[in-house]
Amino acid sequence: MTQETISTDVVIIGAGPCGLFAVFELGLLDMKCHLIDILDRSGGQCAELYPEKPIYDIPGLPVVSGQELTDRLMEQAAPFKPEFHYNEMVEELEKLPDGRWRVKTDGGLVFEAKVIVIAAGGGSFQPKKPPIPGIEAYEGKSVFYAVKRMETFRGKNILISGGGDSALDWTINLQPVAASMQLIHRRDGFRAAPDSVKKMHALVDEKKMQFHLGQITALHGDNGQLEGVTVKGNDGNDFQLECDTLLPFFGLTMKLGPIANWGLNLHENLIPVDTEKFQTNVPGIFAIGDINTYPGKLKLILSGFHEAALMAQAAFRHANPDAKLTFQYTTSSTSLQKKLGVA
Amino acid sequence: MRIVLVDQKGVEQALEAAEGWRVMEIIRDYGFPIVAECGGACACGTCQVEVDPEWTTKLHPPRDDEVDMLDRNFGGDWSRLSCQLIMTPALDGLRLRIADVALREAA
Repeated sequence: MTQETISTDVVIIGAGPCGLFAVFELGLLDMKCHLIDILDRSGGQCAELYPEKPIYDIPGLPVVSGQELTDRLMEQAAPFKPEFHYNEMVEELEKLPDGRWRVKTDGGLVFEAKVIVIAAGGGSFQPKKPPIPGIEAYEGKSVFYAVKRMETFRGKNILISGGGDSALDWTINLQPVAASMQLIHRRDGFRAAPDSVKKMHALVDEKKMQFHLGQITALHGDNGQLEGVTVKGNDGNDFQLECDTLLPFFGLTMKLGPIANWGLNLHENLIPVDTEKFQTNVPGIFAIGDINTYPGKLKLILSGFHEAALMAQAAFRHANPDAKLTFQYTTSSTSLQKKLGVA
Repeated sequence: MRIVLVDQKGVEQALEAAEGWRVMEIIRDYGFPIVAECGGACACGTCQVEVDPEWTTKLHPPRDDEVDMLDRNFGGDWSRLSCQLIMTPALDGLRLRIADVALREAA
């Protein structure tokens, strides 16, 4: 299947607060943005890690939650009609003969853009992997970090590990199709909807599944096919569980991921930039927000906003080397106000 | 006041600790490779430490949100989040190591 190439001014990698504000700053300069994010919604860390936690250091907003800040930034960016591509991870970035960039995602999307803005925070969110020796050999064969199709697990002897909503929901949803279902968690308390916990306990009472306390310390099997696990129980004693499928659900963590392969200078998994343009060592590729580093860098959302504003000026000049750029204020410029849809 | 950080090889180092600081901040300020992604909001679990068993009873018990984070980050019997440990004179001499899950990958 051939995928149509999306041509645009700017591809922004990461739809967190800095990526969203970059849409605004670039939009004022008439640059059209496409954003790519591995999550299924915008907001980045604000939405994934702390949607309900109050943030106190956004200028002009004495207190705002991560979700509310995301919503406000989406509203602010809306006049510039950004296009979002969620559940996609950028895998490849290559330079074209005409100086533009070609971007490819793991889902097969292809973009061509004059400017790349990396606003990827701590990198891409990926499932947390339990620190069990040798687990890699089983991944994709009998250990899975997500359920894409329930049918895959029909007739399996499933062990689910974790104590959050994902662990409980999949325990309940997969139990009817599984040959057997077991859940393991390190304590008899859950960070999940009380109703799900109740349902799980009911299934245990009906002897339709088992619940164990402890932590998995070893996997046993052959050629990537799991046959059982060793568990350290909460009394300190080891015991064995039989299963052919393990689904660990421990939420997400951030990894730098494919960014490491794009020929950019890196320093301790951060991208060094200058503080005039917030450009990387590769002209036309900019980096803003938590993912960049420079002398005096502070990982603050407000610093990322400043970086977005200066980056936008430099990105415009990179994309339009012959055009004249006149600096304008949104308070006084009719042309900017028209772009914002308020004049 | 000091805390004693034992590294992955078992080497001990005493870190000067000021009252009111989070243990995570002390470790980070010394430049140790602790991830501490969310910066101390008890929202990511990547500042996990293993406290010397003799010290665990001297610490305040973890709040629910800390326990949740330890659930999601493979916490063991002696695990705590260092962003939730605030230095007081009572913690002078606290011994701990950075949990493997909280160590930054080598660049």
